[in-house]
Amino acid sequence: MDFLNAIILLLNYIFVPALTYGSQLALGAIFVTLIYGILRFANFATGDMMAFGAMVTILITWYFQSIGISLGVLPTALLAIPFAIIFMIGYMLFIDKFVFRYYRVSKSPPVQLAMVSIGVMFVTQAVVRIIIGPADRRFFDGEKFIIKAGEFKEMTGLNEGLAIKSSQVLTIFITLILVSILFWFLNKTKTGKSMRAYSDNEDLALLSGIDPKRVVMITWIIAGILATIGGALYGLDKSFKPFTYFNNMLPIFAAAIVGGIGNPFGAFLGGYVIAFSEIFITYAYKKFFMYILPESMEPETLVQLLSTDYKFAVSFSILVIVLLYRPNGIFKGKVL
Amino acid sequence: MRKNLNIIAAYAIMMGLIILVGIFQSWNVALSIFNMCLISAVMTMGANVQWGYAGLINFGLMGYAALGGLAAVLISVDPVPEAWSAGGFDILICLCLIIAIVFLIRFILKNFEKSKIRTYGIAGIIIAGIVIIRITSESGIEAIEAVNPATTGFLGGLGLPIVFSWIVGAFFAAGLAFIVGKVALGLRADYLAIATLLISEIVIAIIKHEDWLARGVKNVIGLDRPVPYEVNLQTTEWFINLVAKFNSGKLELISNIADKQAALNQLVIEGSSVFVKLCYSGLFLIVVIVLLIVTQKALYSPWGRMMRAIRDNEEAANAMGKNVVKQHLLIFILGSAIVGIAGAMLVTQDGLFTPGSYRPMRYTFLIWVMVIVGGSGNNFGAILGGFAVWFLWIEAAPISLFLINLFTMGLPETHELKVHLTESVPYFRYLMMGMGLLLIMRYRPKGILPEKIEIK
Repeated sequence: MDFLNAIILLLNYIFVPALTYGSQLALGAIFVTLIYGILRFANFATGDMMAFGAMVTILITWYFQSIGISLGVLPTALLAIPFAIIFMIGYMLFIDKFVFRYYRVSKSPPVQLAMVSIGVMFVTQAVVRIIIGPADRRFFDGEKFIIKAGEFKEMTGLNEGLAIKSSQVLTIFITLILVSILFWFLNKTKTGKSMRAYSDNEDLALLSGIDPKRVVMITWIIAGILATIGGALYGLDKSFKPFTYFNNMLPIFAAAIVGGIGNPFGAFLGGYVIAFSEIFITYAYKKFFMYILPESMEPETLVQLLSTDYKFAVSFSILVIVLLYRPNGIFKGKVL
Repeated sequence: MRKNLNIIAAYAIMMGLIILVGIFQSWNVALSIFNMCLISAVMTMGANVQWGYAGLINFGLMGYAALGGLAAVLISVDPVPEAWSAGGFDILICLCLIIAIVFLIRFILKNFEKSKIRTYGIAGIIIAGIVIIRITSESGIEAIEAVNPATTGFLGGLGLPIVFSWIVGAFFAAGLAFIVGKVALGLRADYLAIATLLISEIVIAIIKHEDWLARGVKNVIGLDRPVPYEVNLQTTEWFINLVAKFNSGKLELISNIADKQAALNQLVIEGSSVFVKLCYSGLFLIVVIVLLIVTQKALYSPWGRMMRAIRDNEEAANAMGKNVVKQHLLIFILGSAIVGIAGAMLVTQDGLFTPGSYRPMRYTFLIWVMVIVGGSGNNFGAILGGFAVWFLWIEAAPISLFLINLFTMGLPETHELKVHLTESVPYFRYLMMGMGLLLIMRYRPKGILPEKIEIK
């Protein structure tokens, strides 16, 4: 019984939150990696683009709520996401046409493009804050929990409760579907293959008749989808605050690099690596050991490797270690 | 003279703008903008040394500035003897442990062949070391933080004049830069940018959460000043006389003696804060000028020529026998040290150290905007960038308020759009920065004052 309690404890406090957080990071990391692999620059505007996507979703959700449309038990935001995606794709293509294209055509070094993306970051951030403000926004409606901690205890008779929020299940579920579709697209369709070829060797791809404009356009479209869904899911699960999105850019970068930048599958796994290690290292295991160890050996302290204040620092340290020992990332394999 | 005309014109316009602020808003505002411009200029010089001279991209400026600020605290605050007796010993043991671990790792790296066992061994040593350090330090840290937590709760500093911290801050930042450089300089440009940014976040996290070091997010306030306090000035004889002399024309117009005294008091209060700011300006100006002379000399020396050669073609410079790795490390350390000075100056001016305020937006990306806008590779350009961008950063709110009112003139005061826009005035500065950066990158990629290499 104690053993079961210990497992449920870990599930509740480590596994489910880490899986959710990891999914959110994974979407962002794939976004970063795609841009890096195909357009060849580190996009510092990632976090703010996701904030923009989330903001559009929120605005549309509010509109739906005001005219009385809802999805019952599911959050209304799910209905709003497709419209937000369309808007976001427009935004991405607009930015590409008026900002990034010039540097791509003139074959500027990647650093210059990264600088330009900082300019885009400033502008996007300003637009988000001017439109919706810097405050915390919650836009989750519908059924909040799938399993409540109390109900779980009653059902199983265990001491530990397991609470699963519907936003967590939605996040994991949608991420898996989206990522499967994306990998199918990249590996099986002609367009996806041409994108991989373009990322692998630009000149060779051009020689074999791949239209670069089309590849770039599709990349931005996928980026728009990922940014909107990733941003909206994060906002649904936690809450929408522009500043946290900007901060999330850093673990997202860490995930993309840990997974091997330019490699979408690596980025996907990298998101989970970062999320799990952050939570594993900063969790206080006292209660866990109280369940599995005999009473005489119970720990006095919290049994916490690092305090939760260092949550971000953990992921960055992992990144530094990876950069030192495997600059290509853990899962190098093929590049995109 | 002719060829420097654009530099002179640009600086004249900048000074004119600040003077206009002095005339139309107040001299107090103008001087505080000017002081922050000087500090920004030091930071941009640091970034320019790395980016403009050597092409190294350092997004970790924030971390170095924070270390400079930490130096200001550790130098100027009086030591807290109770805290030292409560937990100083534990902290010293931990320090020794850290040094021992570093030497152990160095020893292993030197004396054993590269292998999987070695890598895992080092990882094991580091993890074991962290655990041991946490166990030994825990009681000491708790004891230190329990010493009068409302005002101290940390070890305190050395109690020296705060100006020394400018040098110490440079050394702190240089030390960090040495470690970061050893770790990250081999990386490609954009990797380096991300790695330095993340490492600086780690530094900030440590400063924020190790309360025994500098009170963490509880902030250290009331640091000693290198210049007189306003309150003391207001009661000093010579200062009152000075103010009276300066404003004699204005004062003579007032015939009533009581009114005259009241007016004088008001002038003294205003004058004292202007005077204090002027003192700061003087100190900062000295730093800026010294750094400018040194960096200019370096730029035109054989060493500067070598750095440009390395920047423009690494392989060629390497083939000519220049040690690229060593020079990169050197210039990374030098640039970071300058940023460290700026960090210490900033804390000196504010008189408080708030680790929570170190955010990448303000201390990394804004500084980079300054360098790019001003003109990388050109020290005058970098300084001008610091001035212009900081000026815009501060004056963005009034400017955007003016523009909003202009464009929504037809709308009634209570119109929703107008109210919303007026509320979000503070965020228009981000918009201006972003647009400015994008426009400069597009139409004047070398900045306002582009790099100009004269062969003498």
